[in-house]
Amino acid sequence: MRSAKFLSVSLIVLVALIFGAIVPASAQDGDNILIMARAADTTGLDPHLQTAFASLRLLELIYEPLVNLDADLNLVPALAESWEFSEDATQLTFKLREGVTFHDGSDMTSADVKASLERILDEETGAATRANLTSIETIDTPDDYTVVLNLNTPDVPLVSALATVNAVILSSDVIENGDPTTDVIGTGPFMLEEWIPEERTILTANPNWWDEGPFVDGIEMRVIPDEASILAALRAGEIDFALLNDPLVATLLIDDPNVELNRAPAIAYHVFQLNAARPPLDILEVRQAISCAIDRQAVLDTAALGEGKVTGPLTIPAYELPLDEYFCYEQDVELARQLMEEAGYADGFEMTIIAASAEPPTALAEAQTIQAQLAEINIQAEIEPLELSVYVDRWLAADFDAAVALNGGRSDPYSMYVRYWTSDGNLATVAGYGDETLDRLMREGRVETDPEARFEIFAEFQRHLVEMAPWVWLYTDYEYTAQQPYVEGFVPMPTDSIYSLAKVTLER
Amino acid sequence: MARYIAQRAIAFIPTVLGISLLVFFAIRMIPGDAITAMLGTEAGMLTANQRAALEEYFGLDKPLYEQYLSWLGNLLQGDMGYSVRHGQPVLDVILARFPVTLELAVMAVLIALAIGLTFGVLSAIFHNSPLDLLGQLFALIGLAAPNFLIGTLIIYVLSVYFGILPNAGNYVELTEDPVRNLQQLIFPAITLGFAFSASVMRMTRSAMLEVLGQDYIRTARSKGLKERTILRRHALRNALIPIVTLVGVETGYLLGGTVIVEEIFTLPGIGRLTYNAISQRDYALIQGVTLFIAMNFVVINLIVDFVYTLLDPRISYAKQH
Repeated sequence: MRSAKFLSVSLIVLVALIFGAIVPASAQDGDNILIMARAADTTGLDPHLQTAFASLRLLELIYEPLVNLDADLNLVPALAESWEFSEDATQLTFKLREGVTFHDGSDMTSADVKASLERILDEETGAATRANLTSIETIDTPDDYTVVLNLNTPDVPLVSALATVNAVILSSDVIENGDPTTDVIGTGPFMLEEWIPEERTILTANPNWWDEGPFVDGIEMRVIPDEASILAALRAGEIDFALLNDPLVATLLIDDPNVELNRAPAIAYHVFQLNAARPPLDILEVRQAISCAIDRQAVLDTAALGEGKVTGPLTIPAYELPLDEYFCYEQDVELARQLMEEAGYADGFEMTIIAASAEPPTALAEAQTIQAQLAEINIQAEIEPLELSVYVDRWLAADFDAAVALNGGRSDPYSMYVRYWTSDGNLATVAGYGDETLDRLMREGRVETDPEARFEIFAEFQRHLVEMAPWVWLYTDYEYTAQQPYVEGFVPMPTDSIYSLAKVTLER
Repeated sequence: MARYIAQRAIAFIPTVLGISLLVFFAIRMIPGDAITAMLGTEAGMLTANQRAALEEYFGLDKPLYEQYLSWLGNLLQGDMGYSVRHGQPVLDVILARFPVTLELAVMAVLIALAIGLTFGVLSAIFHNSPLDLLGQLFALIGLAAPNFLIGTLIIYVLSVYFGILPNAGNYVELTEDPVRNLQQLIFPAITLGFAFSASVMRMTRSAMLEVLGQDYIRTARSKGLKERTILRRHALRNALIPIVTLVGVETGYLLGGTVIVEEIFTLPGIGRLTYNAISQRDYALIQGVTLFIAMNFVVINLIVDFVYTLLDPRISYAKQH
């Protein structure tokens, strides 16, 4: 019958196509290109403007700052070979590395550093990191390889504030005559060949890079929006390297014999922010009760499958304190109930928790765990999942009772928290709380040069913060990367940086 | 006929304008703008002057009506604006991604028609038989199973049991490598076609059953025509009209891009483009894509109308005297 013929022909065609598709693609041997996959793509190419993690991961391979961080978060020379503060810490002098060239062949000199820093400081640029560099009053360049920053106030954390992609050195030529958004000329190990937004980015190795490497001819960064598909691509051997965000996906690789999973403890921290400007959260006992009612380890175990560790306010290894030094880091529901009674809220109250759905992937699970724990002290919490930009809008306006957040960490405690916990910090409203003690400790921490004294200052800072409980610090998780066994030499970093791809080899 | 097409196209202009106005204001009412989308929480570190500078850069500083009028003015000159995120003209961005979506839609429709029509006709002819029941079951599954589930399962089976993944973020165009291109698109097309074939099947079955019960079919049979001829020339052809309507609507929807399937199978199509544009508050791109999809529907509607004339000679758009 006609239908039967039609049916069988079309079915045969369909089956043929399916089987054809199952034939494996030709192998990619002989190609010394690292194929990398990640779910999010770069959002723009101007390194002074872009702050999204996905953008930084690309730009840090193309551009370089004066100083960098190593795996232990120590400052190491990058484009600057050495640096020195004056006696009173109001002058910072950098000695630049000689023989560094930009991707267009021009030499990197102090003029480029001056132009780059001035560009950041110029309000017209709109560089968010400017807020960390406001102590810079003027910049002198006595010779081609010396830069002197004259500061309007002693600022010890300034050096670590410069160890970021947002403070990389651009060519003064591009700044004056070109457009950094389209003229992507850096000093880094890789050069940008092509960027197809939301699809792929092609990088080629910089043959004139000042350091040893790179040992691959190029990197192909592919955007695979679904992390489960990234997992499938790794298992099928289609990609060499991947960045993963979701612990629920990454943990599937733990016992995989064919793919290596790297975990680096991150300095970004998961936190339950309370808005101490809103009653009844303005009552100290109420906030402390919440802090005591929350079982941080349980939140970590439920939301992130235990992938991480409970943390205090500072996530920098050098400044960490033993958890038992903090107020109520062991769940104590009894004490919580007592505190609620003291505050006059034994019957509890209602509040709303905002969370950005999928940013981080664990946000809603954290909120739900906390919601259950708060119910034990009669707090009825309602969760409001929001799309990311809507969440950011509300967060910046401090328009929330409580928020589940993943905030970025920095390598220096002052840089990390000046924005929240000083009375004139940019995000003081978002923090929702301030007091004399925090202000004083921050001021001291900014000018103290002795490491031991600094440690003590910030130890007191952390203990005080936890006791006043404007926020409830939860945990830090891991930065995940996954690779095929033949990828050698990658060093995972707590800052999520993939800069070490410059030293990676493909041993296949 | 040409006059009819022109009339229809012109009649759509107010609709399309209305859509553009609605979308223009709707997306600006959503909290967050391109600046918060780009900087996230770091946007809080900007000074007032910095924010003003960035707003000027993104074209957000002018009053709303001015923004709309200048966009409309540019549009009438063929300029759909500039995508701040892609750094390219909006039309270029859309046209770069449309071929994937178009090819995927065509393949999905073909698969859906092949499976849906055949099973639908068979179900109608042998209705209430075990074959019919099987067809109904298949339709039920196709309509109920979410396409992200089917898609993810397909990928899982392929990567775990066959050790391959046709598309690992390295999509190739049809013109570059037709074989690889088809390999990459066959599974997403099946995923989309599966659900669609279910509705085609059900529509075919019911339309066929209705037509087969008509008097003229009985007349044809009593005249001694072969069953096969009756089915093909009389029954199916008349049953096709509602099916064509269904296919038209579904194709328009598919041409708008299906985000979930594109995300799972890593296809750089219109669906993902729109989704990302909204997340990034890329206003020009969102407006451009919405207009583009609306125009697609206009074109498809015209094609469907034309197909009606082929199927039913009583329908004609020529001037009646």
